[in-house]
Amino acid sequence: MTGYEKREGARMSGNSGYRELEHSKPWQYEEGELTVTRSKAWTAPGCHIGCDIKLYTDKDGKLVRVEGDEESPYNHGRLCARCLDIKEVVNSPKRVLHPMIRNREDRGKDKWRQVSWDEALDYTYDNMMEIKEKYGAETFFFTHGTGRDVMQYADRLMYAYGSPNMTGLFSGLSCYVPRIAGMSCTAGSLYIADCSQAWFDRYDNPEYKVPEVMVIWGNNPIVANADGFFGHWVVDLMKRGMKIIVIDPRMTWLAARSELHLRVRPGTDAALALAMINIIVQEDLYDHDFVDRWCYGFDELAERAKDFPVEKVAEICWVPAEKITAAARMIANAKPATLQWGVAIDQTREAMGTGQAVTAIFEITGNIEVPGGLIANTQILDVMGGQWGREFLPEGMDDKRIVGNYQLMKTAMTSCSDDEVIRCLETDQPYKLHGAWLQAHNPLACMSADPKRVLEGMKKLDFIVVVDLFMTPTAMALADVFLPVCTFPERDGLSLICGIQQAGAMNQVCDPGDTKSDMEINLLLGKRFNPECWPWETVQDMFTEVLQDSGYKYDELREVSPVYVPFEYHRHEKGLLRSDGQVGFETPTGRIELWCNIYNMFGLDPLPYFKEPEPGPNSTPEMCEEYPLVLTTGARRWNSFHSEHRQIPRLRAMHPEPVLDIHPDDASKFGVKQGEWVWVENYLGRAKCKVNETFEMPAGIASADHAWWHPEGDPEKLYDVFDLAINNLVPFNPGPSGFGANYKSTLVKVYKVGEDE
Amino acid sequence: MKKAILIDYKYCTGCHTCEVACQKHLGLEPDKWGIKLTQIGPDEVAPRQWQYEFVPVPTDRCNRCADRLERGKQAMCAQHCQAGCLWVGDIDELVGRIDGDKFALFV
Ligand code: SF4
Ligand code: SF4
Ligand code: SF4
Repeated sequence: MTGYEKREGARMSGNSGYRELEHSKPWQYEEGELTVTRSKAWTAPGCHIGCDIKLYTDKDGKLVRVEGDEESPYNHGRLCARCLDIKEVVNSPKRVLHPMIRNREDRGKDKWRQVSWDEALDYTYDNMMEIKEKYGAETFFFTHGTGRDVMQYADRLMYAYGSPNMTGLFSGLSCYVPRIAGMSCTAGSLYIADCSQAWFDRYDNPEYKVPEVMVIWGNNPIVANADGFFGHWVVDLMKRGMKIIVIDPRMTWLAARSELHLRVRPGTDAALALAMINIIVQEDLYDHDFVDRWCYGFDELAERAKDFPVEKVAEICWVPAEKITAAARMIANAKPATLQWGVAIDQTREAMGTGQAVTAIFEITGNIEVPGGLIANTQILDVMGGQWGREFLPEGMDDKRIVGNYQLMKTAMTSCSDDEVIRCLETDQPYKLHGAWLQAHNPLACMSADPKRVLEGMKKLDFIVVVDLFMTPTAMALADVFLPVCTFPERDGLSLICGIQQAGAMNQVCDPGDTKSDMEINLLLGKRFNPECWPWETVQDMFTEVLQDSGYKYDELREVSPVYVPFEYHRHEKGLLRSDGQVGFETPTGRIELWCNIYNMFGLDPLPYFKEPEPGPNSTPEMCEEYPLVLTTGARRWNSFHSEHRQIPRLRAMHPEPVLDIHPDDASKFGVKQGEWVWVENYLGRAKCKVNETFEMPAGIASADHAWWHPEGDPEKLYDVFDLAINNLVPFNPGPSGFGANYKSTLVKVYKVGEDE
Repeated sequence: MKKAILIDYKYCTGCHTCEVACQKHLGLEPDKWGIKLTQIGPDEVAPRQWQYEFVPVPTDRCNRCADRLERGKQAMCAQHCQAGCLWVGDIDELVGRIDGDKFALFV
């Protein structure tokens, strides 16, 4: 076996079952001429996980190099190309190194004035307070980019200011949020694949079981490293005998090694899952004991699944019936089977019904809370939940949160419906918005659907603050104040990884100059808005408070980091999953609700369902004549994290421009060739990319890169973002629950870019 | 004795980590490599049987991380290899690791 060496050394700490690692060295030590500091890789720049890293500095306090921490139970000494290149981010000449202010009439122009932090923060405070006093705090909204360790501090700043409006300007909140909301409703918690990540001794832990089968659904985990899930754990497990089923139109590296590869048409996953449920029920392959004791609504689910006979679904999904049947049987017969799913499920208008269908397969086969199955996520702080500091939101304010008529969202979430925010920006209904705080967020390049609408809507605002590491198209287009943040080796921090949480200390090793951490910026301003909400003198005191349940102080954590929250299997049988201490799951019936009471209460379909994606070859056949190719977007790349890293030469060189992955037959149909710049166009808009002819894609389905801009381009042309943004083709159009939008399925045509374009 | 590099290329995911790890170790610009990936496929070599593989190939710049090995550390590429499928060491020891059908040994 390779990848890491078996290591004892975990011991229980005295602190309420938290477990800490024994390290062979202190958190800071000398190696030759250099000082080594253990830390955690988090933002900025970003990633969704937070590997254990060793930072090497010289006697002048300069970052010399980095290595993975070999003693880490999380990444076992490994780092990917992005963190290995962190020094080039820290020292990038493109970084913004001082706060800047720009006159409102100069938005979009490169006319910044460098100012001191005092001036920048005063100016920000005064403008934000003026809006609050004149129009009400709700007219100023807050955003952050994809969920990393900035989220909870942005939420808390918003509560201190007094606004209820947090948004991502992201149609349908279509990233991890639909699944969190969905699983919370149906199963009382977020469930994640058990790759032994809760144990220090990992795959060798005596309680752990290597899954017989992992279903990798709409995800390329080895590249994506999504949400606490170190992708190469999949490879570690394959070496230990785990088989994989891959459900993905793309022939990924994993798909090429799978037992079964179901090349599903984008947006039809719910039909596929329902067909599998039907097979499992009809062939009596489900776990009777688990269903009888712990599930609610099985008969209704079985009845619904009857509408999805495998032959019919084969036609819908473009997957042969035999393969669907074989996959269903393989999952049902595996003990245990687990699921690693991607945002391909969340990024459909029918995200809720689809996620419910996919997870039901693993629920009715009894793969919940078992070793190597799906386990409830444990956490020190619910970083995604928006609860931290919410008690400071003034009474009555939540009623003003912009959620339209999305009742589930109103009740289950603390953030806005982003689609309603766009409508509000355009129509001034239910009220006119006046300002925005954007933190670690580049919506014009990345998350936002239809970014031109976002630009036009945001232009109307009186005052906009952007907090970021680099100048971005969004900041150049819109910011009145730019507050520059530091990189992770330049700050202390707390790493709370989503997905089986551990608490890790991040340690500052080099001088941030005139930049500050996100946490410090928010503490400085938060204190001024509401000193009770931000009572801490230092960010370290604040981290200690976040850690309070664990019993560690921040400087104690440095020594032992990472510490792991208590964990065991079968928690539903022990009363450990419900807040009232009863056995079962945190749902209205205490069972896993295959027929969901909460959905029903909010007028949503209580059962998993399927609806054809629109546009699509079956729903809008007339559109196929002009736009014959199905397009998916958003596949991750090794060299970048969404819109980040584009200005880092070594990483950029690895994948220098956005590409359209397309089957060679499709390329010749459209008369385009390898390496040519093309327009990919649908009914809504178009984006430029370079053709990559590849057999990774099946004929009929192509895939385009997302989140592109040219940091080397003209700032006043917004770094070409409107030429390159594939989200020009994505409408703001969420599903019936308000969750989920079709980021990953549309119909397009492809043609060469003209000579002078 | 000169060290060798062994790749279990059934598991190499083509993640480029070894390339960058080595560039960092040798202090190379982005267009120079101490080890560089090659790719086969995805290619349907027989009906429904796909070959999609990567093999990193060391260049003449590779010094087998002599200084690191001397200090008891792993080679930079090997330590960071995401798939744990790359080793640098004595040929005999590496040959002993070959227990599958897709290995490449660079001596
Ligand atoms: S996955 Fe890569 S970018 Fe993310 S923390 Fe780990 S090494 Fe850094
Ligand atoms: S052994 Fe060292 S020098 Fe050779 S490829 Fe690996 S990192 Fe580069
Ligand atoms: S680091 Fe390992 S898995 Fe990644 S490309 Fe190199 S050899 Fe392959």
